[in-house]
Amino acid sequence: MTIKQRRVFIRILAAIAFTAAALLLSALFEINEYLEAVLFLIPYFIIGYDILKKAFHGIQNRQVFDENFLMAVATIGAILLGDFKESVAVMLFYQIGELFQSAAIGKSRKSIAALMDIRPDYANVILPDGKIEKTDPEQVAIGTLIGVNPGEKVPIDGVVIEGETALNTSALTGESIPQDVKPGDMVVSGCINLASPLKLKTTKEFGDSTVSKILELVEHSSMKKSRSENFITKFAKYYTPAVCYSALALALLPPIIRLILGDAPHWYDWIKQALTFLVISCPCALVISIPLSFFAGIGCASKHGILVKGSNYLEALADAKYFVFDKTGTLTKGVFEVTGIFPENGFTEKSLLFYAASAESASNHPISLSLKRAYGAEPDSQRVNGIKEIAGQGVTAWVDGQQVYVGNQKLMQYAGVDILQTHNSGESMVFVCVSGTYAGSIGISDVIKPSSKEAIAALKKMGIKKTVILTGDVRDVAERVAREIGIDLVRSELLPGDKVNEVEALLAAKGKQEKLAFVGDGINDAPVLSRADIGIAMGALGSDAAIEAADIVLMDDDPCKIALAMRISSNTLKIVRQNIIFALAVKFACLFLGAFGIATMWEAIFADVGVMVIAVLNAMRAMRIKR
Amino acid sequence: MKKTYGIEVDCANCAAKMEEAVKATPGIKNACLSFMTLKLNVEFEEGVDTDSVMRKALKNCKKIESDCEIYL
Repeated sequence: MTIKQRRVFIRILAAIAFTAAALLLSALFEINEYLEAVLFLIPYFIIGYDILKKAFHGIQNRQVFDENFLMAVATIGAILLGDFKESVAVMLFYQIGELFQSAAIGKSRKSIAALMDIRPDYANVILPDGKIEKTDPEQVAIGTLIGVNPGEKVPIDGVVIEGETALNTSALTGESIPQDVKPGDMVVSGCINLASPLKLKTTKEFGDSTVSKILELVEHSSMKKSRSENFITKFAKYYTPAVCYSALALALLPPIIRLILGDAPHWYDWIKQALTFLVISCPCALVISIPLSFFAGIGCASKHGILVKGSNYLEALADAKYFVFDKTGTLTKGVFEVTGIFPENGFTEKSLLFYAASAESASNHPISLSLKRAYGAEPDSQRVNGIKEIAGQGVTAWVDGQQVYVGNQKLMQYAGVDILQTHNSGESMVFVCVSGTYAGSIGISDVIKPSSKEAIAALKKMGIKKTVILTGDVRDVAERVAREIGIDLVRSELLPGDKVNEVEALLAAKGKQEKLAFVGDGINDAPVLSRADIGIAMGALGSDAAIEAADIVLMDDDPCKIALAMRISSNTLKIVRQNIIFALAVKFACLFLGAFGIATMWEAIFADVGVMVIAVLNAMRAMRIKR
Repeated sequence: MKKTYGIEVDCANCAAKMEEAVKATPGIKNACLSFMTLKLNVEFEEGVDTDSVMRKALKNCKKIESDCEIYL
């Protein structure tokens, strides 16, 4: 409890004690009305003086119609009608409710903040004499040597100088597989060192480090308000005055009509009903539970490595019906790999790869690199000489004294051999000729991420209307990828500018309520990311550009996270809707009952506090999602 | 120019009113308040003295909700 909360708590206890004493005295002794008034007014002022003060203050500043005003009018009215007990009870319950609300919100704030507990408390700065000093991370300059012991968080982004270890990145990415690092590797702040001590040289200041960026982003996220939140704020603006005027009408009109009709006016009953009406009407359950739900949802997403930059984006994601993907690096790994080896004329897979990798050993082209990777070892440079590149065709080299050609079909014509059989296993085919003999072909392609197919299927299951690939790649390749993972529409051979046009066309064609999301890797697609209703960047860990450009940022590059983000979004929205409907329904039902004198003031206060508590507890459910 | 301030306010409804009051203060272009993180983001107009503007904003807030605070 905060000091403020404790003070209210003590006042509540005191008021309860005085009320009990007053009840006891008035039950045991015959006391007159004036003495009774004094006895009950003591606890009334103990518990309600600040409400009265605030209400008075509000009237002074022409800010009537807030909760304090409602409570003050309702209880003073009850006192004037001689219902001392009721006025004390209403004030008491109201304060208990407020205390409970403030405790519940404080608790939720803390538990959501705990989901994002990545802020490091200190950095172990290594001084020139080898001593270690615990320092505030904000004080550490770029280029400082820091130590990270097992179990500690990496406080600032840096490069490993000494030590090899595994890092737990789950607080950033939601990914539980540890990342191995060795000297020369970049490490991002927020990771936890799992195995052995690490010495780092910082490459950024704390304020520019990954942790700060993420925290700032999440903290600001609740400032971008969703439509539901704006609706509630607007609603509350009209609701409270409307309720006050209704209460006034309820207090005056029926008795006056009765008077005109010649009946007894029953002023007492109608005024009391009007006061009950006022008590029921407090809008706080609604006003608090909606932003709380969104905040809990955003907290849940960050726990899974999904950063949502605003409640509005979390809300929009639930309405996303069109998903447009970039291909390379998003659905595919963006790294070439050997996907098929077809030896001929007595060569084996191993020997074919050996000749290809050896001839390509001097090149850093992605295709050469993929051949070397597939071969599994660094080709022995002693056995290779006379490497010569033939532009647009491939390379030729002498391997173990044999002339080898590695390249495309044209190069095989040049080498004077026929390609025996064509296989079509990938995006590019590499042909190999050894000493005038055709040795076979190797298929190389950009590999589809293992979870891409599953991710698209999961999205479709959630009612996505259309999935689209936009790529600069050739048509054959794009269509093969699309077929393999179940994408509906392919637009290939696009220039970067064309992508924006394609997205514009899709935006124009979709329904008004439907949203379009673009998923990219944040490199070269910033214009599209910002043009789409929701821009999602993947694999953003350590990439500031992607974090800047997108609305939703996936820290790792697993496309399945998109479906997870959508589930979190619809779960949050479901809870928001439940709260709106539940709070409004109970409120209006009680207002109705109160207006006809069926609900008493006691029930009214329970309705108000109860609805609020249930709505807050319900909102907290948005923090969890089944995996 | 943008600045972020810590705030103290008790209820969500009051927070919404506080935001309105800050927005209405001369010298402030836009303001956004998060009740969840108890932070206030203020965008100032060009060339104003942020401190004096914020003191005025706080005064406006106190008018509508006596129980609030902006940590300047």
